[in-house]
Amino acid sequence: MYKNFLKIITFLSILVSPFLFTSAYAKTKVGFVYLTTPGDHGWTYAHELGKQMVKKEFGNNVEISIVENVPEGPDATRVIRELAKQGNQIIFTTSFGYMEPTLKVAKEFPNVKFEHMTGYKRTKNVATGNIRFYEGRYVQGVVAGLMTKTNKIGYIGAYPISEVIMGINAFAQGLRSVNKKATISVIWANTWYDPVKEADAAKVHIAEGADILAQHTDSPAMLQIAEKNGALGFGQSTDMSAFAPKAQLFASVNNWGPYYIKKIKQLKDGKWNTGDGPDHWSGNTWGGLSTNMLTLSKFSNMPTDVAKKAQAAHDGIKSGKLKIFAGPLKTNDGKEIIGAGKTLDDGALWGMNYYLEGVTGKVPK
Amino acid sequence: MENLLITILLTSIPILLAGLGELVTEKSGVLNLGVEGMMLCGAVAALGSVLIFGNPYIGILFGAVAGILISTVFSFFTITLMTNQVATGLGLTIFATALTGLIGEPFVGKTAASLPKLEIIFLSDIPYLGKILFSNDILVYFAIFLIFFIHFGFQNTKIGIIIRAVGDNHDSAHSIGYSVKLVRWISTSFGGMCAGMGGAYIPLALTPHWSEGMTAGKGWIALALVVFASWMPIRLLIGALIFGGITILQFVAQARGWDVPSQFLNMLPYLTTILALALISFKLRNNNYAPACLGKHFLGNK
Repeated sequence: MYKNFLKIITFLSILVSPFLFTSAYAKTKVGFVYLTTPGDHGWTYAHELGKQMVKKEFGNNVEISIVENVPEGPDATRVIRELAKQGNQIIFTTSFGYMEPTLKVAKEFPNVKFEHMTGYKRTKNVATGNIRFYEGRYVQGVVAGLMTKTNKIGYIGAYPISEVIMGINAFAQGLRSVNKKATISVIWANTWYDPVKEADAAKVHIAEGADILAQHTDSPAMLQIAEKNGALGFGQSTDMSAFAPKAQLFASVNNWGPYYIKKIKQLKDGKWNTGDGPDHWSGNTWGGLSTNMLTLSKFSNMPTDVAKKAQAAHDGIKSGKLKIFAGPLKTNDGKEIIGAGKTLDDGALWGMNYYLEGVTGKVPK
Repeated sequence: MENLLITILLTSIPILLAGLGELVTEKSGVLNLGVEGMMLCGAVAALGSVLIFGNPYIGILFGAVAGILISTVFSFFTITLMTNQVATGLGLTIFATALTGLIGEPFVGKTAASLPKLEIIFLSDIPYLGKILFSNDILVYFAIFLIFFIHFGFQNTKIGIIIRAVGDNHDSAHSIGYSVKLVRWISTSFGGMCAGMGGAYIPLALTPHWSEGMTAGKGWIALALVVFASWMPIRLLIGALIFGGITILQFVAQARGWDVPSQFLNMLPYLTTILALALISFKLRNNNYAPACLGKHFLGNK
């Protein structure tokens, strides 16, 4: 019912938008483009929760339009353009694959502001937003290292892009901080959301001896397979304990609300900009545990001393004392990345195309 | 290893069921390219009914009925109105993909109960084999039963021979008094039922979810498999296991760190389909495996 209601709202807003243009309005019109429906209980659901925080914060001072189930590619261009035409002043496009469509439409509508998640290309009116997911994955690695009995961790990745690879490496850093014997094997699903494939990959990991599973894909399928087979795992994007009460150790929870609110406030105050640099770097929001854009759900299905160590890792990252990518760092084929005393900077994270020690196999080319 | 073999077996069940149904349909001379669409209908009906009634066995029933219903649409167009079978079958799949997306929207993100495993006493205690073959859910046993049922049916029963006659020479079958259209309606419905059950198996046993287009090409593979098996049920089992094996192999290769690009492995099931079709079509030129009237209209007055 609720979803249908949203659809009707979106449809009606298309109909009335020309009339709204003529009257002076103080309302800020905000558009959202979703990859799936919030029913995925993962990535898009987390954005939906963020949107609800926007609604709560601004009440009647915002008018929100949402388009769900938008495939990445030419369809996205059409949808984003339509939202811009309707007079939305700021449009949040919430999937990696909307990067080129967003840039294309942004060129056509220089007065509309765009916020793209989670890409790396910015222009005068396209900013980017991202979460330091890898910080949560370090804590996952710590828990995995303490909980595993087979010393085999199964990891399901979406695509071999730097965002996912830095997560795997952060997991490996956490893992090796407590357990040098355990290794991570990675299966690429080549999709963000496909419960059948994610389930197949999880089954294979378990059949190959993994007892802890981690994922960088969006559905709860992996955790459900873990639950069925007596393995443990971590939830993605939102708390997935409802799907796997006995299997979920904790989930890294994406909290987009504060970022949305900050950006809409900037727009209302006329302060929204992406800076003048060639890279428009100041238009990039990349928050993690310290800014509450990433939070961890309750630690469960683990002994209290493990939970304590996980909490300590969380606190260390949050306060900035614990550096995840501190040297000496070596790739899994023995090449040195940085020596002792140095730390990888953000630019180096986005250039990651190698696995650190603790991960088996090679990054697909 | 055991666990991997079970995973492979379970992965091949949807294509095996759908393939068996399509085999019977094609034996009667009807080429239904709507397998993918019928599977989706079965999947969404199964998941929806399990969410409502809470019993996975009801899901099998609803999946089968949904498959039959959607296949009668196809029968009505192609057998009664005599539209082009290829175009109608493709249309059916495109229609069903969108329709199931619409029907399935309320089910997204909900979890349905899975089919329970039924262990067969004594047999399930055999080391290795027992766990792989005799402690599965009901649809696995049903699929294996169906292979032999169809094989035996075509060889030894009157109904089986009538279906073959209709598929091989509809004019002769008609002239000795069989209703070609009725036989084709029934065979197509049987195909729809099997495809529906094959689709139902995905949310009922493989992953307890609905997602749009979740059959992800399994229907097309089932279609190719029928040709690959040269219309023989037992070869169909072998083919289905090969395809199930390749699907799982692409993950195993990655988990074990074999140095093969994952995109290439993703492509393998489809590549194998094309290769199989190419090889078979070489062989087909001088044999008579394919039903002679496959895809042809019956213009008789009955």
